[in-house]
Amino acid sequence: MAKTVEPGDRFAIGITFGNSNSSIAHTIDDKAEVIANEDGDRQIPTILSYVDGDEYSGNQAKAFLVRNPTNTVAYFRDYLGQDFKSIDPTHCHASAHPHNTNGTVSFKLKDQPDADEPSTLSVSEVSTRYLRKLVNSASDYLGEKVTSAVITVPTNFSEKQREALIKAANDADLEVLQLVADPIASVLAYDARQESKVEDKMVVVADFGGTRSDVSVVASRGGMHTILATAHDYEFAGTHLDQVLMDHFAKEFIKKYKTDPRENAKSLAKLKAEAEATKRALSLGSNASFSVESLADGCDFASSINRLRYEMIGRKVFEGFSRLVDGVIKKAGLDVLDIDEVILSGGTSHTPKIASNFRNIFPETTTILAPSTTPTAINPSELQARGAALQASLVQEYDAEDIEQSTHPAVTTVQHISNAIGVISTSEDGEDTFVPIIAPETAVPTRRTIHINAAKDGGDVLVRIAEGGTHIKVTQPEPKPKEEKETDSDDSDDSDFDSDEDDEEETREKVWKIGSTLAEAAVRGVKKGGKVEITINVMADLGVTIQMREVGGKGGVRGTLAKP
Amino acid sequence: MAAPATVSFSLPPLASGWSADKDFKPVGKITSATQRTIEPVGPHFLAHARRARHKRTFSEDDRIQAQERAKNVEEDDYGEISEPEDPSMLMRDAKDWKTQDHYAVLGLSKYRYKATEDQIKKAHRKKVLKHHPDKKAAAGKAEDDSFFKCIQKATEILLDPVKRRQYDSVDEEADVDPPTKKQLQKGNFYKLWGGVFKAEARFSKTHPVPSFGDDKSTRDDVENFYNFWYNFDSWRTFEYLDEDVPDDGESRDQKRHTERKNANARKKRKAEDNARLRKMLDDCSTGDERIKRFRKEANAAKNKKRLDREAAEKAAKEAAEKKKEEESKAKANADAKAKQDREATKKAKEAAKTAVKKNKRVLRGSVKDAHYFSPADPSPADIDSVLGDVDLVISKCEPENIADLASRLQGLKVADEIKGVWRSEVQRLVGDGKLKDGDAMSLSA
Ligand SMILES: Nc1ncnc2c1ncn2[C@@H]1O[C@H](COP(=O)(O)OP(=O)(O)O)[C@@H](O)[C@H]1O
Repeated sequence: MAKTVEPGDRFAIGITFGNSNSSIAHTIDDKAEVIANEDGDRQIPTILSYVDGDEYSGNQAKAFLVRNPTNTVAYFRDYLGQDFKSIDPTHCHASAHPHNTNGTVSFKLKDQPDADEPSTLSVSEVSTRYLRKLVNSASDYLGEKVTSAVITVPTNFSEKQREALIKAANDADLEVLQLVADPIASVLAYDARQESKVEDKMVVVADFGGTRSDVSVVASRGGMHTILATAHDYEFAGTHLDQVLMDHFAKEFIKKYKTDPRENAKSLAKLKAEAEATKRALSLGSNASFSVESLADGCDFASSINRLRYEMIGRKVFEGFSRLVDGVIKKAGLDVLDIDEVILSGGTSHTPKIASNFRNIFPETTTILAPSTTPTAINPSELQARGAALQASLVQEYDAEDIEQSTHPAVTTVQHISNAIGVISTSEDGEDTFVPIIAPETAVPTRRTIHINAAKDGGDVLVRIAEGGTHIKVTQPEPKPKEEKETDSDDSDDSDFDSDEDDEEETREKVWKIGSTLAEAAVRGVKKGGKVEITINVMADLGVTIQMREVGGKGGVRGTLAKP
Repeated sequence: MAAPATVSFSLPPLASGWSADKDFKPVGKITSATQRTIEPVGPHFLAHARRARHKRTFSEDDRIQAQERAKNVEEDDYGEISEPEDPSMLMRDAKDWKTQDHYAVLGLSKYRYKATEDQIKKAHRKKVLKHHPDKKAAAGKAEDDSFFKCIQKATEILLDPVKRRQYDSVDEEADVDPPTKKQLQKGNFYKLWGGVFKAEARFSKTHPVPSFGDDKSTRDDVENFYNFWYNFDSWRTFEYLDEDVPDDGESRDQKRHTERKNANARKKRKAEDNARLRKMLDDCSTGDERIKRFRKEANAAKNKKRLDREAAEKAAKEAAEKKKEEESKAKANADAKAKQDREATKKAKEAAKTAVKKNKRVLRGSVKDAHYFSPADPSPADIDSVLGDVDLVISKCEPENIADLASRLQGLKVADEIKGVWRSEVQRLVGDGKLKDGDAMSLSA
C-alpha cells in the first residue's frame, strides 16, 4: 500500500522531478512560488554525486561531472520503472553508466567512505535519495516538515513508471497525493493567474527540456482539460543545442591547437558545461562568451559567439522543434488556426528563437506564451512545479481514498462531443451563419449560455440549433496584374522567377460549416432591439436540453433531444 | 460557467406558417462523440468529480473498463518498425558512411523515402536501446561502438531534411527498374511501369503526381501523365556523390579544384538523369498500347472525317455535273425550240410575204380587170395613177388588210363592184387616219 497521511497532518508541496532538473514549489495565499534550495537554485539539476562518502546534489553534483564523473549519477529519471533493455543510456555516457541487475537498472557508485568496491544502487534507490534531498530543501526553506507532494510526470509515463515513482517517493518518506501530467501542470499554472478567465480554448503545450521534447494538444473547456494528442521526441532537445555549440567551439579550438577536445572525456565534460552556460547566456544577451581553463592539452580557451550565429548553427534543431509542434497539431486533426494558445515550458523554452519561430508558424490570433514574445509569461522552467503546487493545495485536504476515487478513470473517462453545437444566425441578405455555443471536444455533461440579438424589428424569431464543424478556407492571392512589360527581350525568365518569389502568400482562414440540425424553436413577441438567451445542456448520456427566452422576459421555450 | 457570452449576430424572424407543439421542434440528435480522459486537475475538475461520484465507489474493474473505453492518445511505441539485422551490416565501419544504406541501418528498408520523421525517430531510439556501446559493456561484451556510429550517422542524415534529400536522390534501393522486354511479354504492362513511375515520383517538386493508370484510363489522363513526365520538375541532386573536399589544411587551389570538379560532376549526373528519364518515357510510351489505341482511334476519326468530306465533295460534284448537264440540255431544248420558232415565224413570214405578194397581185389584177376604171382604153397616165394609188393603199395596209381586201376582190369582174371595194378600203384607211381625204382619188372617186 502506498504511503498515506491524514489530511490534518499534511504539509504538501509540488514537485517536478525532471531528467535534467527538478523544482519544488508551494503556495502562499493560493499563489504558487518556486522554492530555491540551499544553493539558491530554483532549477535543481537532477544529479547526485558521491565524494569520499559525502553526498552532493543539484548544481554541486553537476560540477562533479568534470572531476568525478563515475561517481556522479545524472539523467536517471526516465529509467524509473523500466527494464534495462528498454532504456536509452546515451545521456549517462558522461557520468555513471546504467547497469543491468537482473533486468532492472542500477548504478555502481562509491557512496561509502573508505570502501574499495562501489555499491550497486537501483535507480529506485537513487531516485529516493535525490527526492529526499529535494524534500529536505523544501522543509528547510518552509520551516516545516514536508509530508506530501503532487509530482508531475510525462504523459507517456507508463503505469509501471508511475508506480515506481510513487514507491521511490514513499521510500523517501513522502506521500504522493497525485501524479499530474507535465503539460497539464503548465496549463494550471497559467489558469491560476488572477487575470486569466475560464475560457474554451485549444492549447498547445510545448515542453522543451534537456534530453527530450514533449508536446501536447490540450482542449481546455470551462476549466477542464483533455489531452487530444501528444508527441515525444528524443532527437531535438536542449542537449542537442549544447552539442551544436560544443562542435562550434571544438572546431575553433582545433584550428588553433590542432587537437579535438571532444576526444577526451574530461575535456568533453568541460566543453559541455561551458557550452550550456553560453547557451543560457544567449537567451538573455545578444552575445556570449565561452571560456574554459585548460580545455585540452593544458590549453586555455576563450572565445565568444553572437546570438545570430548561434541561431544559424542551431537551425536544424530549431526547425526540428517547429516540425514537432506542427506534427502533433496535425495528429490531433487540427490546424494551426485552431490553436488559441501555445505555452512554452521547460528550460530550453527560454531560447528566444524558438518563440519567434512559433510566432511565424501560428496566426496572429494565437498567443505564444514565452518570455520573449509575451512579457507577462511565466518562467518556462517554473510552470510545472507551480502547477503541481497549486494542485497540491487543492487536494491536500482530502483523504487519500477520496483523492483516489476522484481521480478514478470511471470519473475521468467521459464523452466528448465531436462537433460544436450552435445556433444559426441569418443576415439581412439571407445568409446563414453558424454561431458556436458549445465548442467541439467539450466533455459532457456541460452547459453553455449565450445572448444573441433577435431580428431587427423584434417580434417572433426562429432559433435553429445545429451541429457545426470547421474547415480551413484557403484563398489564393489575386494574380497580380502583370506589369506591362515594354516588349522586353525574350529571355526575361530570370525576372519572372524573381517576381514569383515576392508573390503574396495564400490566406488561410477557419470557417464554420453548418452541420445537421438538432432542433427548431420559436421565441415569440420579442421587443424591438431585444436579445434572446439560449442555454444548451448536454447530459452525460448525450441527451440535450435547450432553453430559450427573451433576455429579461418571462417564460420562454424549452425542449429536449433524446440521447443518440 | 461565467456570465453568458454575448454575440453580435441576429436570429432570423420566424417564417409565417411555422408552428410546433409548445414552439419546440426536435429534429436530430448529437451525431458523434468520443470517450476521452479528462485530466483530474484543477478546481473545475473537482466539481465535476463530486457530481460524477455522487457517493458511489469505483472498483478496480471499473478502472479497467473505463481505461479501455477511453481513446488512447499515447501510441504503443515502435510496434511496426522491426526487421532482421544483416550480420554483415553490423560489422560496418562508420567511416564508410557514404556507402551505407541508412534506411537498412535503422531497420526502415521497406519504408525508405516514405518513412516519416516520426518513424525515423522511433527507429533510431529502438536501435539505440539495443546497440548503445554502454549497454553492450553492461552486458559484458566488448565495447564496440562502430555500428552504433553507423546508427548515429544514418540518423543525422535522415533527420536533416536537406541531407535526407541528398541521400534519397541517390538511394538506388528505392528505384524501381524499368521492366525488361521479357517481363513485359508476360503482360502486366501497367503494373510494371506504374511501379517505376511511382518510385520516380518521389523526386517531384510538384504534387500530386499523376499516376500511370491502366488500360481504362481516358485519353486526357494518359496525355496528362505523359505531359507531366516529359516536363518533370525534379529536386533530385547529386551532392551526395561528391568527392570529399580537402580539409582546411590543404591548399586553397586544391580545394577549389575539387569543388569545381564536384560541381561539374553534379551537373553531368543531373543531365544524365534527365536523359535517363526521357529515354524511359520514350520506351514506355512506345510500348503503351493506349497511345496506339488512341492514335488509331484518332486516325479512324480523322479518316472518317476525310471520307465524309470526300463523299460530300463527290456528291456535290455529281450534283453540280448533273445540274450542268440538265442546264445544257434545257438550253439545247430551248435553242432548238427557238430555232423551230424562228423557222416557223420565218416560214410564216415568207408565207405571209408570198400571200401578200399573191394578194398584191390580186389587188393589182383587180384594177386591171376593171380596166383601170376607164370607160375607154385607159391612157398610160390613168394606168399609172390607178396603180400608183393601189400601191399607196397597199403601203398603208397591214398584210391581213391586204388579204382581206384580196379576198373581197377575188372573183369580182365588174368594174364598179371592184371600185366599190377599193372605195370602202380607202375610206377605212382615211377613217383610221392612215390616208387623207383626197388621197388615192383614182380609187375612191
Ligand atoms: N535560459 C536558458 N536558455 C536556454 N536553455 C536553457 C535555459 N535554462 C535551461 N536551459 C536548458 O534547458 C534544459 C533543461 O530543461 P528542463 O526543463 O529543466 O529539463 P528536463 O525537463 O529535461 O528536466 C537544459 O538543456 C538546459 O541547458
